[in-house]
Amino acid sequence: MNRALMLVLLAVLAIAAPFYVYPILLMTVLSYVVFASSFNLLLGYAGLLCFGHAMFFGTAAYFAGWLLKNTALSIELCFLLSALSMAALGWVVGLIAARRGGIQFAMITLAISQFIYFLLLRAPFTGGEDGLQRIPRSALFGMFDVSSNLALYYVILAFSVLAILVFYRVVHSPFGEVLKAIRDNEARVESLGFIPERFKVLALTLSAGLAGLAGAMKAAAYQIATLHDVSFHISGTIIFMTLLGGLGTLTGPMVGAAMIVLLNDYLAQYGEWALIIQGAVFLVVILFFRKGVVGEIEARLKKPGRV
Amino acid sequence: MFDHISIQLLLGQLLIGLINGSFYAMLSLGLAIIFGLIHVVNFAHGAQYMLGAFVALLMLNHLGIPYWGALVLAPLVVGAFGYAMELTILKPLRNLDHLYSLLATYAAVLIIEGLMRLEFGSSGLPYNSPLPGGINLGFMFLPWYRGWVVVFSLVVCVATWLLIEKTKLGAYLRAANERPEIVESFGINVPLMMSLTYAFGVALAGLGGVLAAPIYQVSPSMGSNLMIVIFAVVVIGGMGSILGAILTGYLIGIVEGLTKVFYPEASNLAIFVIMIIALILRPNGLFSAPESSR
Repeated sequence: MNRALMLVLLAVLAIAAPFYVYPILLMTVLSYVVFASSFNLLLGYAGLLCFGHAMFFGTAAYFAGWLLKNTALSIELCFLLSALSMAALGWVVGLIAARRGGIQFAMITLAISQFIYFLLLRAPFTGGEDGLQRIPRSALFGMFDVSSNLALYYVILAFSVLAILVFYRVVHSPFGEVLKAIRDNEARVESLGFIPERFKVLALTLSAGLAGLAGAMKAAAYQIATLHDVSFHISGTIIFMTLLGGLGTLTGPMVGAAMIVLLNDYLAQYGEWALIIQGAVFLVVILFFRKGVVGEIEARLKKPGRV
Repeated sequence: MFDHISIQLLLGQLLIGLINGSFYAMLSLGLAIIFGLIHVVNFAHGAQYMLGAFVALLMLNHLGIPYWGALVLAPLVVGAFGYAMELTILKPLRNLDHLYSLLATYAAVLIIEGLMRLEFGSSGLPYNSPLPGGINLGFMFLPWYRGWVVVFSLVVCVATWLLIEKTKLGAYLRAANERPEIVESFGINVPLMMSLTYAFGVALAGLGGVLAAPIYQVSPSMGSNLMIVIFAVVVIGGMGSILGAILTGYLIGIVEGLTKVFYPEASNLAIFVIMIIALILRPNGLFSAPESSR
């Protein structure tokens, strides 16, 4: 009951928002909300720290940009193709990296993302240091014009809701339960006859697909794709968002993403200080609030009621 | 196919590879010690290397301390900084998942590099070579300073390896890693020893920074460019394997140099290609025993 009311309220807010807030900022928030959820699926539920998650986000931005620029495909197909191709990339990365857990997984994914960064820097279609510019917003289903910020916002809102539903279904499925079990005690899951490696690869595949969708949406919103999207800076930011919001909580990383995007938007005027403040907040969260914003709130709400 | 490659070019790139390799070896050595003995992935290693270079530069410009003095003093300063970092941000996280200490050092990088850029700007600052001139070897010209770097870093690597593997102090360290409570019962202050181990690894990064100052430009981002290569080196060599880190460091430097000769476009990629191949063939690292997986 309470929850249904919350969702209706949220829906009304999301629909009304672009009339009060700059739509590009809102689209950025939505892209990062999806991106953070994809990261949460890995770290929060499967316990895998991907230290180069930007490789899926940034590569998808290039891929979607290239599709929108050079093909006649409609925008929703470009989004879906980007998500699918990044899922494929995630699968390959999983095959290489999932043999190792913990810290090794983090370092291997970091190195692979760097490999992809240099690959994209050299690739002929990415525009090198300039990036892909003036990406058009192709029509939805080939008929509806979505080149205005307002129209595109609703497309991206619809895709984000879809992505979050997918995320919700995945973590609440038996598959999601196995992932959590692997996170908590891998040896035990193995002794029950599961093959953890396969589950990890699949988790990375799904997560990469969602991150790919996020990257494609960002490319359509900004109409540019640059090396910055693939850079380590973005990989670090997404970790920060997830931790700030609350690792392993359903909504935490989404809240964290929204907070950081808005904070960055505000801090942009302070130049160098933006990163320093981000680092300091990050450090405080790691040292004192490891549950994150939503995690802390949940913990406080639960305490008085239950024993 | 390779007609255009002269012996001079080959040897020249080989030397550059050896010099880069010296830095890779020294830095990944420190990273491997920190990871192997206290299980912290020190993401701030590159930033600490950068601090070493800056401390040397500031000592020269403001205190008039020459290179040779800085070679001793700067690592001490950076090591003390590392000790303070360990006490404030790493010690509270010691009993948690290693991911948190990794992320804490990453957050520290954002702060350190940001503050340095604010103070010194992002362009590189020059540091004059303390050993100008060089020697003509007939096939190529070898600057004295570069020769010094290769020899000195080799000495540091070998000495550190001997310290950890062959001395009593090293034995205590390795034992504290396996069974801290037993080592503590010998009357050894294990937490202090762990803090000092971190400080030692950080001091090595600082020393690398001093060595690098006359070769590369001193800039706030000089460390982060190197950091990811160093990580790849440590993964290839086997996490926490000290000898593996040293050997892989030199190997990667030389391979990178050779790729620049034969296929320049791929020189940035070579390291990561090697890493992926090594991971598929030897997932525990090239130089680690199969059973020592963590």
